Amino acid sequence: MKERWILLFQLFWTFFKIGPASFGGGFAMIPLIEKEVVEKRKWLKSEDVTDVFALSQSVPGAIAINSATFIGQRIYGIKGAIAAMIGVSLPTFIIVLTLGTLYFFIQDNPKIEAAFVSIRASIVAIIAYAAIKTAKTAIVDKSTLVLMVIGVPALFFIHPVIAILAGALIGMITISIKRKLGYIIEMDNKEKMDYENELEYYMGEGI
Amino acid sequence: MIPVIEIEVSQHDWMTTQQFTDIIAIAGMSPGPIAANSAILVGYSTAGIYGAIVSALGILLPAILLVIVVGTFFIKLHHLPVVRSMFYGLRPIVTSLVIYASVSFALSNNMISKTLSWQTASLLLVFGLSLFALLKLRWHPAYVIILSGLVGVVLYS
Repeated sequence: MKERWILLFQLFWTFFKIGPASFGGGFAMIPLIEKEVVEKRKWLKSEDVTDVFALSQSVPGAIAINSATFIGQRIYGIKGAIAAMIGVSLPTFIIVLTLGTLYFFIQDNPKIEAAFVSIRASIVAIIAYAAIKTAKTAIVDKSTLVLMVIGVPALFFIHPVIAILAGALIGMITISIKRKLGYIIEMDNKEKMDYENELEYYMGEGI
Repeated sequence: MIPVIEIEVSQHDWMTTQQFTDIIAIAGMSPGPIAANSAILVGYSTAGIYGAIVSALGILLPAILLVIVVGTFFIKLHHLPVVRSMFYGLRPIVTSLVIYASVSFALSNNMISKTLSWQTASLLLVFGLSLFALLKLRWHPAYVIILSGLVGVVLYS
């Protein structure tokens, strides 16, 4: 019983230390997770960690949080998942609130106001960058390109969740029509499958 | 996620798109996923510390549920043709969503206007250089935000 709590606390503490490394994206965490989870604690094998990152990418949500939760689950079920998730999120939560509080205090300073005029333009660039990153895996042929182009003006009128559901439906219909017409369909981008090349640097994540 | 948060935030009148852009900037300077950080800050600015905690739980809960569901059976479904054809149509829409977000942020920050003022031109230049730094020089977003802030102090104060 006592050992159980020690294990849960170790999970929490391990990810609490790794959390601050998830700056802007979860991939900076990989070497640290390898070191802590595989080498130091010997909880998992290196291949398992690679699988976890592949899985974390295939579900929605941030890679940092997903991978911590997956690893926690592998090691100690649902309780482990919760301990690891709280561990990885807590430092971030504290840092972001501190910075936020600081900002709310100084936002009326003319120098800060001036800085934010420029920063806002950079934020648009960061979002545009995320769009380019997403497009690389999403646009595999002409149909997906057309869907994307129509999607942008459509979003001014319909709720994003409805648009996403419509997208899934259109995908199913398009694929079945293409199949009936006898086309060979490439549904995934081959480059995307090669996710390990992306591990070194991927910043569009979490946007 | 950012575009969905933006739509919800303006529908509930929690803040303007411009205020939300500043929130994203703070979120981008902190470790952790930008969208989750933005959610925490939206919660904090609308309802204080409890707002922050509630928003954090709100954004984390679906993640943990998904992980549990995926961990048990989705892995097997992932390669099914039906699931793959859904993703085939879903991914382009997610891309349009992100493009839509960058357009609506650009509109609310006076980056798109009929008359080309000095302000608009300089903002477009900042946008172009930031994108170049991210795409070609592979800079970290946090560095781009900090450097851009310094440029702003020089240009606009």
